[in-house]
Amino acid sequence: MSTAAPAPRWLSGYVAGYLVFLYLPVALIPLFSFNDSIQAAFPLKGFTLAWYAGLAGNDTLRGALLNSLVVGLAAATVATGCGVTVAYAELAFATRFSWLVAGLARLPILIPGVIVGIALLIVVNLAGLGPSRIAIVLGHVLVALPTTVIVMRGAFAAVPRSIPEAARDLGAGEAVVFRRVMLPLAAPAAASAFMLAFLTSFDEFIVAFFLAGTEPTLPLYVWSQLRFPKSLPTVMALGTAILCASIAIAGAAEMLRRRGLRRLPA
Amino acid sequence: MAGGAGIQGGDGGERAFRLAASAPGAVVTLVLILFALALLVGLSFRVNDGSLFGAGFTLDNFATVGTDPLYAMVIARSLTIAGLVTLATVATAYPVAYWLSFHAGRRRALVLFLVTLPFWTSYLLRVFAWKIVLAYNGVLNSAFTATGLWDTPSTALLNTPAAVVLTLAHAYAPFAILPILVSLDTIPRSLTEAAADLGARPFTTFRRVILPNSMPGVLAAAVVVFVPTVGDYVTPALVGGPSSTMIGTLIQAQFGKAQDWPFGAALAVVVMAVILAAILLVRLGDRRFGSRT
Repeated sequence: MSTAAPAPRWLSGYVAGYLVFLYLPVALIPLFSFNDSIQAAFPLKGFTLAWYAGLAGNDTLRGALLNSLVVGLAAATVATGCGVTVAYAELAFATRFSWLVAGLARLPILIPGVIVGIALLIVVNLAGLGPSRIAIVLGHVLVALPTTVIVMRGAFAAVPRSIPEAARDLGAGEAVVFRRVMLPLAAPAAASAFMLAFLTSFDEFIVAFFLAGTEPTLPLYVWSQLRFPKSLPTVMALGTAILCASIAIAGAAEMLRRRGLRRLPA
Repeated sequence: MAGGAGIQGGDGGERAFRLAASAPGAVVTLVLILFALALLVGLSFRVNDGSLFGAGFTLDNFATVGTDPLYAMVIARSLTIAGLVTLATVATAYPVAYWLSFHAGRRRALVLFLVTLPFWTSYLLRVFAWKIVLAYNGVLNSAFTATGLWDTPSTALLNTPAAVVLTLAHAYAPFAILPILVSLDTIPRSLTEAAADLGARPFTTFRRVILPNSMPGVLAAAVVVFVPTVGDYVTPALVGGPSSTMIGTLIQAQFGKAQDWPFGAALAVVVMAVILAAILLVRLGDRRFGSRT
């Protein structure tokens, strides 16, 4: 899109206003996290780091954070593994079965989280697992799967057909083409998909809400604290930390994705 | 079925590779998605006898959903709120996508990243942010009373359906831009040039050429926003108050306090049917506008 004509002034103004609308409410969370008052209200009182200090010694919070990290890493690993293979099978095998699987893998976009949560709750109870950490991992795999499949499909589709064809002509079997040619070319996208899957799991609330046993994830901990007006400043300090971590990971994922696209021959 | 025509030419190694590469996705999608949804549908036809899967076959759960006015009202309210959110989100996102596609130039990548970034930050916190903005002793009230614009804080901000619509429209804003942008990007620039050559003013070009050609993206955006909002649980609970209970809250209650899983499953099946109907409707519209994707 290099042929950008100058935009009408009202349109540029609108876009700027839209970004303000998008970020302003969220920006209040860091603002009030440094405010020396229980109330999130103006005028601001003094500057304090007390709410952040309160986070450090909180064992329940540390447990929830650890749980979120473990669940997120496990879910992202499984979701990325599935995303890579499902997208590859859809494009390279192109059988009716691989299309069916790829279609089903995108289905969770079209199901509200509440329904994904209860459907899995029935499955894990039937399997005798019940609500547990494994149950949350399974739930988060489903929620992250559409993203990993879509990212990996884009990455595999961006590889010119001549590259795997050349490998085949030189005698490489299908498995070798995948392992030595396609997978290395798509590796940055896979890393990006992994981070996005981790973020999805790290932020996911409603599915975990149904599937959590005795060990809450971080969003479940935040949810439990929202009921107590006294803990609101602490929630805002925690929220600020979560926002910073999410933004850093999302930024890294975006950089990886772009580097992956640049590596390919045009 | 896993074979198909492609496999017959391959030797044993190829077959093993294809099997290994297909296995993870097949297990996850067939067991966790297809089987789980089938179980949910099956459960909705069972009697609630306290056991996990109930006994006997019954249509009572659906009869209750269909006849009790409470459920009709909550479903109607969920559809109205989700519809308003979809309308607001798509209408506000369109100009941004338009600017990104036609006018962004070198700033495109940066603005696109800024617009999608909130999508990856905590949804719970974005909803919570609106709670502190709209609360009785919250940001908006305190700002207006401190500056003397209002005499007393307003209770009409929080715990209203309007607060739910505003919060959801904000939370799902990043969802709408991408599909619209994709469809705007696929419009051949020669079309707008041809319209200009034939004497069309910019607004006419937009109304007669660009808007109709971008409708597939608009409809896709509408689906992506509508689906999660119609079943949303967090926003009505945090900023909605009792007057804006949505269907997600009722489903949760059946699986929580009420302990009536078959009935909760029936509610979920009704929601899925409504979403399916909405998607089929969109498909019809898509065909009318001639989808290119």
